Amino acid sequence: MERLNVNPTRMMLSTLKKRLSTSVRGHKLLKDKRDELMKEFLELARQNKELRDEVEKQLMSVYGSFSIASAVMSKENLEEALMYPKQGVELEVGSQNVMSVDVPVFKFKTTAEDPTDIYPYGYADTSGELDLALDDLSGIFPLMLQLAAKEKEAQMLAAELERTRRRVNALEYVKIPQLEMTIRYIRMKLDENERGNQTRLMKVKDMILNEAIKERRERYEKAYKESVNPGDLARGKREAAEYETNYDQFAGGN
Amino acid sequence: MYKIGVIGDRESVLGFKAVGLDVFPTDDPSEARKTLKKIAKEDFAIIYITEQIYQYIMDEVAEYNDQRLPAIIPIPGKEGSLGIGITSVKQSVERAVGADILFGGDN
Repeated sequence: MERLNVNPTRMMLSTLKKRLSTSVRGHKLLKDKRDELMKEFLELARQNKELRDEVEKQLMSVYGSFSIASAVMSKENLEEALMYPKQGVELEVGSQNVMSVDVPVFKFKTTAEDPTDIYPYGYADTSGELDLALDDLSGIFPLMLQLAAKEKEAQMLAAELERTRRRVNALEYVKIPQLEMTIRYIRMKLDENERGNQTRLMKVKDMILNEAIKERRERYEKAYKESVNPGDLARGKREAAEYETNYDQFAGGN
Repeated sequence: MYKIGVIGDRESVLGFKAVGLDVFPTDDPSEARKTLKKIAKEDFAIIYITEQIYQYIMDEVAEYNDQRLPAIIPIPGKEGSLGIGITSVKQSVERAVGADILFGGDN
C-alpha cells in the first residue's frame, strides 16, 4: 500500500488523524447502511420474483382468452371493439424513502363511470371470450402496477447497494490503510527528527563546556604565572590547589 | 398526472388499450426504440414492453434503470415468456450483491 505523498509535519499529522477518524466513522456507518440495504433488497428481490411469476402466469391466460376471442371474431371487429376505451387510468406517483433511496410509489385510479362496466363495446358483435379477457386483464392490472413499483424499487436499491458496497470497500481496503500508513510514517519521521535534535543538543553542550574549561584553565595559569615571585609563592601554591579543585569540580560535573 | 404506456406487437398490446393504457403497437425494434425515447421524456411513469421487443432494446432501457421515472418493465408477449423478466431480476441481484445468491438453484 502506497502512503500519501505529504510533508511529514505536525500540522499534516493532525490533519491526517482527523481524516482517519472521519473515515473510520464513515466506514462504520456505510457498512451498517450496506447491511440494512442488503436485508431490504434480498427480501424485495424475493417478492419481486414471486410477483413476476404470478403476473406472467395470469397474463398468459389473458393472452389465451384474447386469442380465442380473436379466433372467434374477425380482426376488424376485434379492433373496432377495443378501439375506443371506456375507462382511463390515472396514475399518481408518490415517493417513499427507503434507506435514503427515493423510490416511486404508484397509486392508480380508473376513470370509468361504472367500474363494473369496463367493456368499451356493445355485446352484439363481440364474443364472450373477449369479455372474459378484458375482465381478467383489468383484474391483474393492480398486480402489474405492483410489479412495476417493486421492480423499480429493486433496481434503484441495487444501484444504491452497489455504490455503497464500493464505498465501503474503498474505505476499508484503500483509504484507511493508506491513512494509517501515512500517519505512522509521519510519526516515525518526527521521532527521528526529535532524536537527531537531542543528539545535536548534547554535542553542542559538550563543546560549550570544553570551551569554558579551556578558558578558565588559561585564566588560572595566567594568574599563577603573574603571582610567581618568591614572596607570593605560598599564595601561588594555594591558588594552584584551588584551580585543581575547581577543575576537578568542573570536570567531575560533566 | 402520469400515464402508463405499453409497447409491443399489436395483438399483445390490444387488450391493454381497452383497460385504458396508452399503447404503442410496433413490431420493429428500431421503431420501438424511437417510441421509447420519445415517451420516456413525456410524463409516462411506467412503460411496459413485451419481451419480444425488450430483448432487442435492452441497452436503451438500461439508461433509465437508475432514474426514478419511468419504470420500464418487461412483460411476456402473446408468444409466451422468454424468461427475460426473471433474468433482469437476477441481474439486479447480481449487481447488488456481486453474485446471484437468491435464484441460483431454481432454473
